[in-house]
Amino acid sequence: MIKRLLVASLLASVAAVSSCADQRSHSHAVYMLVDTSGTYAGEINKAQLIINYLLGTLQPGDSLAVARVKSRSFSEKDIVAKVTFDNRPSQANAQKRAFRDKIDAFVKTVGGSAYTDITGGLIQGSMFLNETGAGTKTILIFSDMQEELDKATIRDFPFKLKDIRVVALNVVKLKTDNIDPRRYMGRLEAWQKRVEGAGASEWRVINDIERLDALLSKG
Amino acid sequence: MTSSQFWMIWPGNAMASALILFAIAMPFLYAARKLVHDLFRSIGQTVGGPLRLAARWLFAAARDMKERNKAVLLAHGGEEVAQLIEREFERVGVLVTRDLEGYPALQRKLLDEITRVEEDYKKSGEVPPLPPEWTAAVSAITKVKSEGNEMVQRILEEINRSVNSIHAKALEEYRRAYQSRHKILNGFMPFWRSLDKTLGQVDKKLTGLENTSAAIDAQMTKYEQINKKTDKAEHALTVSAFTQFAIATLVLLIAAGGALINFKLIALPMSEMVGAGDYLTATLRTSEVAALVIIFVEATMGLFLMEALRITHLFPRIANLSEPMRRRILWISLTLLVILAGIEAALALMRDMLIADKQALVQSLASAQQAAPADPWLARIPTAGQMLLGFILPFALAFVAIPLESFIYSARTVGGATLVMLVRVSAFVLRVLGNLVRQLCKVLTTLYDVTIVLPLLIERMVKSARGGDAAESRPVRRAA
Repeated sequence: MIKRLLVASLLASVAAVSSCADQRSHSHAVYMLVDTSGTYAGEINKAQLIINYLLGTLQPGDSLAVARVKSRSFSEKDIVAKVTFDNRPSQANAQKRAFRDKIDAFVKTVGGSAYTDITGGLIQGSMFLNETGAGTKTILIFSDMQEELDKATIRDFPFKLKDIRVVALNVVKLKTDNIDPRRYMGRLEAWQKRVEGAGASEWRVINDIERLDALLSKG
Repeated sequence: MTSSQFWMIWPGNAMASALILFAIAMPFLYAARKLVHDLFRSIGQTVGGPLRLAARWLFAAARDMKERNKAVLLAHGGEEVAQLIEREFERVGVLVTRDLEGYPALQRKLLDEITRVEEDYKKSGEVPPLPPEWTAAVSAITKVKSEGNEMVQRILEEINRSVNSIHAKALEEYRRAYQSRHKILNGFMPFWRSLDKTLGQVDKKLTGLENTSAAIDAQMTKYEQINKKTDKAEHALTVSAFTQFAIATLVLLIAAGGALINFKLIALPMSEMVGAGDYLTATLRTSEVAALVIIFVEATMGLFLMEALRITHLFPRIANLSEPMRRRILWISLTLLVILAGIEAALALMRDMLIADKQALVQSLASAQQAAPADPWLARIPTAGQMLLGFILPFALAFVAIPLESFIYSARTVGGATLVMLVRVSAFVLRVLGNLVRQLCKVLTTLYDVTIVLPLLIERMVKSARGGDAAESRPVRRAA
């Protein structure tokens, strides 16, 4: 009797485990926009620290892309490096080393741009993240969040950031913000409204790069 | 008037309104007295009856379960004791075969040694022949009167000299004889020792046999008690089952700790084999499940090994297999266990390498200055330790089969006893509830009468008045 019960429970547990195998993706995809406009290009070393943190934190199977924000950023050419880490930890570590080398090279050669097209970068980032099919998608914007577009660039249309977390990093205060702090707060509020209006699952601002543990965790 | 005051006959005075309402309702309550009493009684019977019935049924079920548990317990206990007795008899058989086979040789040896000792004893008792009886001659000579005769003097001196020389010779011979007897007695020693040793061996074997017989006697007494189905036997078996259950649980918990360590050792490197990004559930990775499966397979192989070694008896099919087939299963499970242990050792090594690689990557990513590499010998110690642990733990886990068997068998008794206790407690609670409901209905009936005490008093007065009238009118009627 006991034997039959044991066999039955074993079969039931195997059946239960196989039937409830989680088909959802548990991987994490991160798209980091790095502002390289003239006013912000000096902060690139901080961006490198954040990328290194991401490389140390992301797991096998996760995806990471780093793109620059220039005068017009809605282009694959602006992606500095992108990778989907192998499922095997050893291979993933090798890929992380290669990624770090690419970023090092980028940091050494980066130059300032005249305008800052954050919206274009967001649209490009959302497309990349949706293609990865990851379970958790995050766009990190390393910028002062001051968008400046040339006259020919059109970005004032609705776009979709559904199920994507958006985190603004190191949003430094501009000289004008120091004169009137309401400008800074207004800028952040405007971005929050825009991002949440686009369907983003979360909006967060992290200015202290010593507290990066909140970068990938949902608030 | 608010909605909560609609019932107030005297607005603003709740007490007076309630009293008036009560006074109005009282005649109706009095009129419905019998009906309400019947209602309370029927509620008491409707609710209390099934509760008492359920309690009775549960008590009966508990009795049945106890009987069934007792039967199973005694049957299992009887089987165990029978096995023990069988094993003791096997031991006695081995002892008798081994010792009594050598007994004729032992007896011969003993007899030989005793004969030799006897012979030597006789030899030691043989004294050298006494010197010639010259004492009479000496006494005769002593009677000879020399009276200064030189001749006699010389003869006596000569005799004295001869006697002295003969005495010295006899003394020497006597000493030699004693020396040889001492030598013979000295030669006794090894024989005595050998005899003592042989007798000691015989004594030891007989004591062993006696002890085994005593153990068999104790087991037989137990077996008889089990066969008689005495309460003492049942109690002893239940206590033994509880003790077994506690010990087996403790050992299984320790084994679970070992399995957890084992899991930690191989979970990370398994991700290198099956990938780290696949999930079976929201929090359970496929690599973790794979590591668990390996541990379970090891435990299963250990179980089969213990079954094939006839240490455990969880699978009667394995126990009933023919000897060659049993041996085949034994070797197959042992080989698989060794292979799995080897795989675990390799995985433990891989884990160490992966951690070192990750550590190096994190250090290279960090802006801080890299720490100086540790002494390679020191770094190898944890690696070797992990590999050794990975190799040993599967074999340690194999022994889980023994406490597992005890756990399964004792769990039947413990579970049964606990279930009986729970059923009894439930029956008791139901019985108490049933009685409570019946008593509550009685209390409510009395309370109802208390509320309509005025009409009841009037009723009593009317009845007594009628009774008085009837008593007064009765003699008149008789007289009429």
